[in-house]
Amino acid sequence: MATLQISSLTLEVANRTLCRDLNVQIQPNESWCLLGRNGAGKTTLLHSLIKQRVIDEGSVLLDGKNIADLKQRELARKIGILFQQGIEALPATVFETVMLGRHPHLQSLLLDNEKDIEIAEQALAIFELGSLKERPVDTLSGGELQRLALALLLAQTPEIFLLDEPSNHLDVAFQIKLLTVLTDKVREASASLIMATHDINLASRFCDNIILLLEGGEALVGKCSDVLTEENLSKAYGCPIQSVYSGEHRLFYPA
Amino acid sequence: MIFNKQILLLTSLLIFAAASILFSLLSGSVDITLAEIAGSILSSESNLNSQVLQEIRIPRTLAAFVTGGLLALSGAIMQVLLRNPLADPYILGISGGAAVGALSAILLGASGFWLSNAAFAGALLSIFLVFGIANQFGDWSVTRLLLTGVVVSAGWGAVINILLTTSSTNNVQSMLFWLMGDLSQSRVNLAHYLLLIVGLAGGLLLSRSLNVLIRGELLAVSLGVNVQALRLLLFFSASVFTATAVTIAGSVGFVGLIIPHMLRLLGARDHRLLIPSCILLGGSFLVIADSLARTIVAPQQLPVGVVTAVIGVPAFILILRSTIRK
Repeated sequence: MATLQISSLTLEVANRTLCRDLNVQIQPNESWCLLGRNGAGKTTLLHSLIKQRVIDEGSVLLDGKNIADLKQRELARKIGILFQQGIEALPATVFETVMLGRHPHLQSLLLDNEKDIEIAEQALAIFELGSLKERPVDTLSGGELQRLALALLLAQTPEIFLLDEPSNHLDVAFQIKLLTVLTDKVREASASLIMATHDINLASRFCDNIILLLEGGEALVGKCSDVLTEENLSKAYGCPIQSVYSGEHRLFYPA
Repeated sequence: MIFNKQILLLTSLLIFAAASILFSLLSGSVDITLAEIAGSILSSESNLNSQVLQEIRIPRTLAAFVTGGLLALSGAIMQVLLRNPLADPYILGISGGAAVGALSAILLGASGFWLSNAAFAGALLSIFLVFGIANQFGDWSVTRLLLTGVVVSAGWGAVINILLTTSSTNNVQSMLFWLMGDLSQSRVNLAHYLLLIVGLAGGLLLSRSLNVLIRGELLAVSLGVNVQALRLLLFFSASVFTATAVTIAGSVGFVGLIIPHMLRLLGARDHRLLIPSCILLGGSFLVIADSLARTIVAPQQLPVGVVTAVIGVPAFILILRSTIRK
């Protein structure tokens, strides 16, 4: 399984520094959350990891190789991403869409091979979309589209899962259920996960490690148990945040 | 996975293509029977009817098929490249440039070879002009390309109008025929067939990437498509297909816009199916339109571009309606 090494990474947008000299090492089996205010650079950071955005300074190494030197296709076999925007509702079927996840792996030119079909169907089944297989994507609800996007990502079988706001369009029950299913699959595959979210509680529930982006390009990196404190969060979000314990879960809320 | 539906569609389109070619060979002012067609193709005996076939109808039919195939293929590619359902082979100004070349040639009294070359030169000029402007700062986006194409196209439109309004009545007649698309002088050669075959093979090779790209740039990047390189390839290949089609037959409208949409509505959204289907249906459609163009008001001929619209509009509306009802 793949190791991702972010070294001295600097990202700038319109002369504003989003992160400066960021160093993170993401090992197999690790789950990371990426927190920060609106515009702090969560999405930009995720996009830079799949070369959708140029890196201003520093480097990202995937298993020791600079991603700048990797072909997009090689990268896509190792790193998959769930976009914040989800999947566009176009007139294609659910099955055609989830099969796109196999694109980085497809070997045969015209016909789909059995193995790819099987992986795609499993991914649909895991997100309870099996019965919607032949439905046009433009007839799905927001929640169904989000599940389809997750199924597509799972069908891609990456070794590193990047999730940008995975709880978008999902009700509370589905947020917990789908993220549980997904994180189980990630763990089963000994893959790793980086999840950008606005939901501190969801992050602390599903992730062990954290990158907390602060104003001015600083970032706190470490274990959730060390970094997720009232003080750090209040500083990051620029508003007082407190916490209470409820059983095993620690819940954060704006004061 | 069974590909019954796909095979059914491709088989029907193949039969339709054969039928349209036969229909075209049978229509015209001289009555020619099926037996004579077979005789003319199989034996080398020469009589009037076989001469009509060999020298007029067969070349013209093949020219119509190749042109229609290239236009539909180019339209399908442009629609993916620009991710815009209104995109057609002419949207980026290629036909405008070709038209200015062709009309200038007519104005100078040229025809045949020189007319074709002038049209092709105009098309190439337009391709590089549009790409050059869109790419001025080293990076180009689809929106820039589309805007540049539309603006350059409008510029060509103005030049075309100047040429039309300042020309003699005689020239205007030939100019209008060229502008609406006309196959009466059209001939295709080996290079044209090769281009169509290259288009088919290349389109099939890229079909999976096209399937991904049409779903959005971000998704395509994340699934391993080198989006910028693919787009460059799509732009130049679709441009060359369009330039070639326009050189053969003038700016035949409608085929490139409507055939890909019709096929998508019929269920051929996957480019592995859409690309070959476009070539078959685009070719057949133009063959039929041209047969009608030269027979409806015989001995007069209509510009084929008029006929493509006259059949294309109702056919498209019918398909649109029937798919909405489902």
